[in-house]
Amino acid sequence: MADVRPLTLRVPEPAVRPGGTPVFADIATSEAGAVRRPPIDVAADDIRDLAYAIIRVLDDEGRAVGPWAGTRDDAEALEGLRHMMTLRAFDARMLMAQRQGKTSFYMQHLGEEAVSCAVQRALEPGDMHFPTYRQAGLLVAAGYPLTTMMNQIFSNAEDPLHGRQLPIMYSSKAFGFFSISGNLATQYIQAVGWAMASAIKGDTRIAAAWIGDGATAEPDFHAALVFASTYRAPVMLNVVNNQWAISTFSGLARGSSATFAARGHGFGIPALRVDGNDYLAVHAVARWAAERARANLGPTLIEYVTYRAGAHSTSDDPSAYRPKAEFDAWPLGDPVERLKRHLIARRAWSEERHRQGEAEILDTILAAQREAEAHGTLHSGPRPSARDMFEGVYATMPPHLRRQRQEAGY
Amino acid sequence: MSRRTMIEAIRDAMAVAMERDDNVVVFGEDVGYFGGVFRCTQGLQQRFGANRCFDAPISELGIVGAAVGMAAYGLRPCVEVQFADYVYPAYDQIVSEAARLRYRSNGDFTAPLVIRMPAGGGIFGGQTHSQSPEALFTHVAGLKTVVPSNPHDAKGLLIAAIEDDDPVIFLEPKRIYNGPFDGHHDRPVTPWSRHPLGEVPDGHYTVPLGRAALRREGAAVTVLAYGTMVHVAEAAAADCGVDAEILDLRTLVPLDLDAIEASVRKTGRCIVLHEATLTSGFGAELAALVQGACFYHLEAPVLRVTGWDTPYPHAQEWDYFPGPVRVARALLQIVEA
Repeated sequence: MADVRPLTLRVPEPAVRPGGTPVFADIATSEAGAVRRPPIDVAADDIRDLAYAIIRVLDDEGRAVGPWAGTRDDAEALEGLRHMMTLRAFDARMLMAQRQGKTSFYMQHLGEEAVSCAVQRALEPGDMHFPTYRQAGLLVAAGYPLTTMMNQIFSNAEDPLHGRQLPIMYSSKAFGFFSISGNLATQYIQAVGWAMASAIKGDTRIAAAWIGDGATAEPDFHAALVFASTYRAPVMLNVVNNQWAISTFSGLARGSSATFAARGHGFGIPALRVDGNDYLAVHAVARWAAERARANLGPTLIEYVTYRAGAHSTSDDPSAYRPKAEFDAWPLGDPVERLKRHLIARRAWSEERHRQGEAEILDTILAAQREAEAHGTLHSGPRPSARDMFEGVYATMPPHLRRQRQEAGY
Repeated sequence: MSRRTMIEAIRDAMAVAMERDDNVVVFGEDVGYFGGVFRCTQGLQQRFGANRCFDAPISELGIVGAAVGMAAYGLRPCVEVQFADYVYPAYDQIVSEAARLRYRSNGDFTAPLVIRMPAGGGIFGGQTHSQSPEALFTHVAGLKTVVPSNPHDAKGLLIAAIEDDDPVIFLEPKRIYNGPFDGHHDRPVTPWSRHPLGEVPDGHYTVPLGRAALRREGAAVTVLAYGTMVHVAEAAAADCGVDAEILDLRTLVPLDLDAIEASVRKTGRCIVLHEATLTSGFGAELAALVQGACFYHLEAPVLRVTGWDTPYPHAQEWDYFPGPVRVARALLQIVEA
């Protein structure tokens, strides 16, 4: 036993910490257009390599190339650009509103706008998304009123959730956006259940599950993959790998040892890995998975490779755990800039029209904000009734809650 | 009317609910082809098809999480957790999701589902086949918690639970699946066929949630019990001759406080019984409610007879289970107080 040395525990560390020079050596980006597009009825085993590649459509010159190109025409791509610009501007205004004390909390999408905005356009009305707190692009791209989003953020008198929920935990059945929970990963298996229900009823609607890289470590992720595979549920299983779970890098959830997409193969689920900052690639891949699900061919796991450019939330300071300039070094760039460049290259857009567009979008958002603030903000103006606090716990109020409401003075 | 065991009554309840509403689906571990380890779902898959009654992977969180999604779609899932002792992996889905979905979405999404689980001891089930975790659910706003004590109620309550628009935790005391057990473990157990509450109406009927049932009228002391402990209370009262009024609570949330209040105001004394451990058990809530509502009518402190604050042991089953001897002692103690 003389040669047995004491064991040591490995605690993974990101390649670089604050003060260091950002590197992304482990992001092996594929060439745009280089990854093949299999038929939607492909067997999971036949596309194992796609879980380790990155599907990209937009090349460095802004051209849309390869077999995944062509799911969006110029008008649709322009619409996508507008959605992403709107989400970015909305984020900036709400970040400011939080700093001004108009709300308690906010979470941005900076750098990840393409993912939710593009996937939204790949599904149909009636389908149901089970989002996390970082997919507001699903609402923006669906045309959900910005004022209503702000009413929720401000917890004001017109908040559709009557002030019961933390800001950004939106809910809209009509817009196919399932109620957001603070508990991570729970919605992933719920999406599978919703999809199973659609199949049980012989419906044609499909579900989309959403999760971040960090939350894949939760057991609900595993349960969702088992159930989705076992029952061949019509669900798109989205993993948004933005490299960071608050302060922990994706390697802590083992995103570097094998890709998150590769997890699907342990369950016989076909998996795709896509450039999350390439609006056209995201749309194409999501459409592929949606067609597959709707054709009763079962689930698809998709990993969107992106980067969380902003702070985790308004309560977070990323400079404490990662280099400040890391986003500048991110090899997949900025989704807004890349789609803009594509549209300019196609002469469907210009720098000038982009600036105009930004100004118009800001006007729209400011108008929405004025309207929302007229209904109150967290600490001033009209607010939801305290009486409302007791409503909706049950379908009908049981006697003990009636007593408590009375005791509270309502 | 026909005579049924608890198992048959529960199975019949699901069949009736599935027959009436295409949105009712039943699933869980071993629930489909095999018909459940306790036979509660026997024949349902054959009758309604694998789309309506099916086996699930061994994942309690998966079962409940999928059910929440199905309920959000518009189905009425009635799912099974094989033993209440194994519900903990699903606790997040129950507490954070099912219970709060209506509230947090302002009614936009709801979770009309039932989670059935065999619970309780008295079967030499040891630590992980004997637990009574009801207090972990009664503490959660948004959940309803039901514990039947006989076949008649089991069927009516389960149909009511499936038809209810809120998530319902349905705890089935497995010790009384085949016959009423009064805690006299040294005597042969009588089957449900010889008990009046083994008479179960055919077809559809409900026992409303939130209503207690008077099992024995008495003047000396009110006994609040549910599940197996209802039968223990009846035996204990007979054994010691105390004229106890026995209330079978049936639903813990919402609770029939009116019935409790009326009884305790009449008798002036109250004993709370449950198999679950004492500290922070549901009995604590009952005792607090009774002293709050009936303080000036009480002639003795409220007593609790419960399981000890230990994990459920194996060899010491009958030292742990709050049987008729302990209950009778408490009855005599409180009427003399």
